[in-house]
Amino acid sequence: MNKIVSKEYFSDKVVKLVIEAPLIAKARKAGHFVIVRVDEKGERVPLTIAGADIEKGTITLVVQTVGKSTVKLCELNEGDYIADVVGPLGQATHIEKVGTVVCCGGGVGVAPLLPIVQAMKAAGNRVISVLAARSKDLIILEDEIRASSDEVVIMTDDGSYGTKGLVTEGVEQIIKREQVDQCVAIGPAVMMKFVSKLTEQYNIPTVVSLNAIMVDGTGMCGACRVTVGGKLRFVCIDGPEFDAHQVDFDELMMRLRSYKEVE
Amino acid sequence: MNMEDITARRNEPWREELRKSMTAKDRTNIERVVMPELDAAYRITCNEEVNQGLTQEQALMEAKRCLDCPEPLCMTGCPVGINIPTFIKHIEKGEFLQAASTLKETSALPAVCGRVCPQEKQCESQCFYLKKLKKKPVAIGYLERFAADYSREHGTGEVPACAPANGIKIAVVGSGPCGLSFAGDMVKYGYDVTVFEALHEIGGVLKYGIPEFRLPNKFVDVEIETLRKMGVSFVTDCIVGKTVSYDDLHEMGFKGVFVASGAGLPRFMNIPGENLIGIMSCNEYLTRVNLMGAARADWDTPVLSGKNVAVIGGGNTAMDSVRTARRLGAERAMIVYRRSEDEMPARIEEVEHAKAEGVEFLTLHNPVEYLGDETGKVTTMRLQRMELGEPDESGRRSPVAVEGAIEDIPVDTVIVAVGVSPNPLIPNAIKELEISRRGTIVVNEETMQSCLPDLYAGGDIVRGGATVILAMGDGRRAAAAMHEQLSK
Repeated sequence: MNKIVSKEYFSDKVVKLVIEAPLIAKARKAGHFVIVRVDEKGERVPLTIAGADIEKGTITLVVQTVGKSTVKLCELNEGDYIADVVGPLGQATHIEKVGTVVCCGGGVGVAPLLPIVQAMKAAGNRVISVLAARSKDLIILEDEIRASSDEVVIMTDDGSYGTKGLVTEGVEQIIKREQVDQCVAIGPAVMMKFVSKLTEQYNIPTVVSLNAIMVDGTGMCGACRVTVGGKLRFVCIDGPEFDAHQVDFDELMMRLRSYKEVE
Repeated sequence: MNMEDITARRNEPWREELRKSMTAKDRTNIERVVMPELDAAYRITCNEEVNQGLTQEQALMEAKRCLDCPEPLCMTGCPVGINIPTFIKHIEKGEFLQAASTLKETSALPAVCGRVCPQEKQCESQCFYLKKLKKKPVAIGYLERFAADYSREHGTGEVPACAPANGIKIAVVGSGPCGLSFAGDMVKYGYDVTVFEALHEIGGVLKYGIPEFRLPNKFVDVEIETLRKMGVSFVTDCIVGKTVSYDDLHEMGFKGVFVASGAGLPRFMNIPGENLIGIMSCNEYLTRVNLMGAARADWDTPVLSGKNVAVIGGGNTAMDSVRTARRLGAERAMIVYRRSEDEMPARIEEVEHAKAEGVEFLTLHNPVEYLGDETGKVTTMRLQRMELGEPDESGRRSPVAVEGAIEDIPVDTVIVAVGVSPNPLIPNAIKELEISRRGTIVVNEETMQSCLPDLYAGGDIVRGGATVILAMGDGRRAAAAMHEQLSK
């Protein structure tokens, strides 16, 4: 059982939860995720870790309500308990000093992006972050991202904040302007697909963090399998981060629809 | 197997008296008992246990068949070394609780073994009846289950005796049959045992894998409760190698680590279309249903289980999957297996149960491709007909494709049950471990000790995919060896 220490609404569908999980807080690195089961009859859902406080023994999750389980999770309040939180899972992000790194996050993808931005900055990189969302109120964690970025570009679909346009436009602007040595993209699969297509044209090494359907999160079930470079890989143990230019995004998007009708 | 002990117990006056109470001829004239089971038409409508267990009368009669051999060959077939004649003779005498105590001397999970062990390949395969008399062996497995069930229902809840606590902390990684068996022995030796489990439930494959209709979870829970009462601690949601490291375990004061993390990685065939929606591993299918309650109305986890279900493979997991599919409403449930029925690794009982439940067996067929609709859902399984060729290294005749013999079968769900690989989590996390090419942890086969002196391993992470009872045998051997090492 893990206690919810605090809860904050970023928007009506996006909630930040700080959860007691001292062992995970200590062990986690940028790129890791956890599996959460809200209650005895709940699903096991993978959620990326957005941050941790080792002293307080807490981790931060940013949850968007997309289905039954995330709705249930977001209905919990400060002081309530989550039945199970297990992790940290997956491979940590490979962090090194490469020069200039463009980190782009779409929607709640900004949450798992944050620890990567922080780690990339700490490793001595010039970090340019591109945050994208449909509208201003869906841009999250801007201050935290700014604190670890050399520059922040905001893109909104409706132009209510920053520049009107897609995330790819923001990224391309930077690529055309200066040397970019690496790109990290986290967000909806379709967004990652198009960022990947763009950076491929410019030969910029790109890492994406994939979200997939999972049950156990430890390699046991194979629900999260994806094709990367023509090979079968499991997001939970081989990922969640992969070389974007090798990922079969269309298959990933198809597989994400597996339970659409059931939901 | 300690022959002196076996002989001493056999020579106890009550045993001698019992042997003389009936002639061998009369004993061997008794027909082997038939396990009462639920009617097939009824059982596919529910999840109730198929085998109903022996009645007292049946058990008493079956126990009489056992000749109480001076050199009990059956015991050579038992990986955990149960004193088989002793427990059976207790049953014959009507001492059912003593029979159960005898089982618990060496097995942490008798109610489980009595249900899922392939006795026909182990103890019963060595039985004097089969070897010398060419008759059906004593139904050791049924009797084991009877004694274990009787003690659960009528016993005092007394737990096996443990040596005085020695305060030495031992960590067990994984709470499946191997880890539980190890934990049971170590706590008996007096150690302070903590079992770390990655999932939210204790029991490993006994919970997520084996279905209710073969092994009800409540019986597994009783055995786990016994271990708890003996002093074993359990920590769920904790992944050694992720949540806590090997070094963390040392810092926490653990003096020995036993890794029984299982064969967690499902294999796929890597054929076109295998990632279509509706195709999944047996692990995923069974875990959704067994562990996550997917078939129960008020549980959140869904499962795709359609009307035309194909299960690829011929092992026990394939049988568990196909029989589950039948219970979840499959009108056509098929086993697709590339060899013939003779080569099937599944227990005969499982194959027979599946057939009685209306499962079709497409033997000598192998999937080569799956086709889907525009939304990515699987609709068709393309099968290649096979024929048997020369025996391969496993001794089984290997399947060869019959050129041009291709057929398409409509499916909406495909469950791939073609084996598992060792879970890479621990091998990846503890770099110093010696790992085989297959990804298993390399250990000394007698002691189960790895190249790290305080780390032992057993079960599927060492074997790469075996049975519950072999995993339990590993647990016992590792416990004995670790105890010896720590006692020096």
